[in-house]
Amino acid sequence: MQRTFVPLVLITAALIGARVAAQHGYTQAQVDNGGRLYQASCATCHGAKGDTVRGAALMSGKFSRATSDEELVRIILSGIPGTAMPPNPYTESEAGMIVAYLRSVGSAGGLVTSGDPVRGKAAFDGKGRCQTCHGAGGAGSRTAPSLADVGAVRTPVEIERAIVDPSAELHPDFRVVRVVTTAGETVTGRLLNQTTFSIQLLDSNERLRGLQMSELRESAILTTSPMPAAKGTLSAADVADLVAYLSTLVGK
Amino acid sequence: MTGRLSGNLKIARYIVLAAMVGVAVAGVNAQVSFDRILKAAAEPENWLTYSGGLAGQRHSGLTQITPANVRNLELQWAFQALSLEKFEATPLVVDGVLYTVQPPNDIVAIDPVSGRTFWTYAYKPSPQARPCCGRVNRGVAILGETLFMGTIDGRMVAVDSKSGRELWNVAVGGARPEAGYTITVAPLVVKDKIIAGPAGGDFGVRGFIAAFDPKTGKELWRFDNVPGPGEPGHESWSGDSWRRGGSAIWTTGSYDPELNLTYWGTGNPGPDFTGDDRLGDNLYSNSVVALDPDTGKLKWHFQFTPHDEYDFDATQVPVLADIQYQGRLRKVILWANRNGFWYVLDRATGEYLSGQPFTKVTWAAGLDAKGRPQGVQRPTPEGIRLYPHFAGATNWYSPSYSPRTGLFYVPAWMDSSAVYARRPAEYVEGRAFLGAFPTGTSLSINGTQVNRRLPGEGYGAVLALDPKTGQKKWEFKMADITDAGVLTTASDLLFSGGREGFVYALDARTGALLWKAPVAGIVQAAPMTYAVNGRQYVAIAAGNSLYAYALRTP
Repeated sequence: MQRTFVPLVLITAALIGARVAAQHGYTQAQVDNGGRLYQASCATCHGAKGDTVRGAALMSGKFSRATSDEELVRIILSGIPGTAMPPNPYTESEAGMIVAYLRSVGSAGGLVTSGDPVRGKAAFDGKGRCQTCHGAGGAGSRTAPSLADVGAVRTPVEIERAIVDPSAELHPDFRVVRVVTTAGETVTGRLLNQTTFSIQLLDSNERLRGLQMSELRESAILTTSPMPAAKGTLSAADVADLVAYLSTLVGK
Repeated sequence: MTGRLSGNLKIARYIVLAAMVGVAVAGVNAQVSFDRILKAAAEPENWLTYSGGLAGQRHSGLTQITPANVRNLELQWAFQALSLEKFEATPLVVDGVLYTVQPPNDIVAIDPVSGRTFWTYAYKPSPQARPCCGRVNRGVAILGETLFMGTIDGRMVAVDSKSGRELWNVAVGGARPEAGYTITVAPLVVKDKIIAGPAGGDFGVRGFIAAFDPKTGKELWRFDNVPGPGEPGHESWSGDSWRRGGSAIWTTGSYDPELNLTYWGTGNPGPDFTGDDRLGDNLYSNSVVALDPDTGKLKWHFQFTPHDEYDFDATQVPVLADIQYQGRLRKVILWANRNGFWYVLDRATGEYLSGQPFTKVTWAAGLDAKGRPQGVQRPTPEGIRLYPHFAGATNWYSPSYSPRTGLFYVPAWMDSSAVYARRPAEYVEGRAFLGAFPTGTSLSINGTQVNRRLPGEGYGAVLALDPKTGQKKWEFKMADITDAGVLTTASDLLFSGGREGFVYALDARTGALLWKAPVAGIVQAAPMTYAVNGRQYVAIAAGNSLYAYALRTP
């Protein structure tokens, strides 16, 4: 059975986001203003989706250094000593709006965890065969990214999309390149580096190869993921379970 | 390059997937077994250990670059480290991949043809680390598909050679960074063990050599360079001075498979410049120790500088050679020491065969029939000028031995001296434990770009020494002193560098300068050579970069 995931997620996300904001006493206008402030300043380091600083997935609904809104406001205003997080020249009210924004998008992202993490782990190790490439417990391998902290750096929505449609957004560290040498050899592997004159990859035999462009007949970076899509292998319930399991992986 | 899809995409994806799910694909992917390391000379295109082989000769069988064509060497690439700290590592090259360490402890896998990076393993050492002389590292070891590195904060780490992923990272027992323990040495693989030891001899550490399990990092044996109570040699330390006895490790050892012995040079006793509180010979400081690599048990030792008060570490690479010596073939160790003498020892027994100064030496009048220094002039409380300088007549800079020429090549500080004064030293954990730092010298242990010395105040050289006769065959003089190691090849070339901003090639038989090229800094590393796709390269770190040269293509 196949379910259409994304529209459902979006609709419920919007509804729940508004509700959570209301619970914290923010108006939609404040949330929107917080979003503008966030994108104008915070996103420079944290990214538009709040996921570019490792260990600080600001839109996951979980915060590693704070639980209350007051603590979040204090971090925004004072920064975190010993890290790259600086003090910021906002009023307390503005910082509160940023928190409102993060709360609203975070709650939205947190919705899709209707699956069961125990069944999800079984699917990860079993019929999903995820551990074949991603390693036991999602620890990663030479050819696939570590998922050990995916729950901290990706929202459930993003995790779900990556399972359902792996090619929708490829991790730049795990792109596949295919080249044909002038001698007729075809080499496929994980792209590690490239210049005008050479390309570096980990080939399908897990051998590091440096190839000079002058010895290549053709080369192309593939825009599809080597990861098989869930379709045909996993049911919607399996995917929900996997998302639930992966959301529990938050690293050390 | 484009992102277009190819017609063979499905096949390509199948291949990738097949590899990922573990379907066997033709095995071009040989692992670095210990057997390959034993027979490293059979694959001169690779460079599998710090010194290029277990004998520590830093000699390559590659012959494409010759005395006749070396003038056509041309820079192929330069890799600039993201660090301004001293770049001392010798790279490994394994089946078309070069591995080196960017200071302080980042392992970098580099395409040896283009100089571009495959991956970087970034390690952040503890700020507690207290290196004496910069956050340096001299390289990695490889076994199987795993790289091994010691860290400046006293840990050992293992990293997957294909992906750069950390496999394990363990604190070495007792090697506390806040007490001055650092690991700078490139480890040595012997059979199924990874051998290394900590530096820190200027901080009053207690040195040791340890073997680690390549799978887990678990320590399998330990040899205490400073024997504890009840152990032989303990009596050579007065009082409790053994606790701070130094005798550190910071240069990679060697291994003789027939004798099944691994050889390591140990550092100075602590404190460096006064022995008043550590009466006795201070074993096994400033020694070569021959250990059983399976157990860590001592087979023999030879101490070059007993009761050292000059900082004369014996941290040189033990160079193993089989030579005709007084009418019979002998397995020897060649050893040019920081104390200004060079030695030939029998490596089965440690028997002293010969020794003589290779530069001006005044701290001792000579060596007796067993190689022990005679007529030793101790530092005085008011200070006395002695030769050589405390940084040594040579130091950790790799020497080389060519089985073809039969010569032993040594980077040397010639006619160097310092004023040594014997004054009390107080031990405070984490602080330098030296005594009075020597004075009266314009020679800096950290390289400078200014040299206004008279030749008699110290100059640099590469020496060609004949172990059969004890004679100096030739000397290549440099105006400035040198921290560069030496490489020789089977085409009778010698490569080295110095402090003066260039690297060069000499005729290994005559010492004649055949080629030189500018580099952006001081050479504080040793050259190595490798080949990829039939083309020979010579690589050497200088300044903050690694440079690779090959013959100009038509």
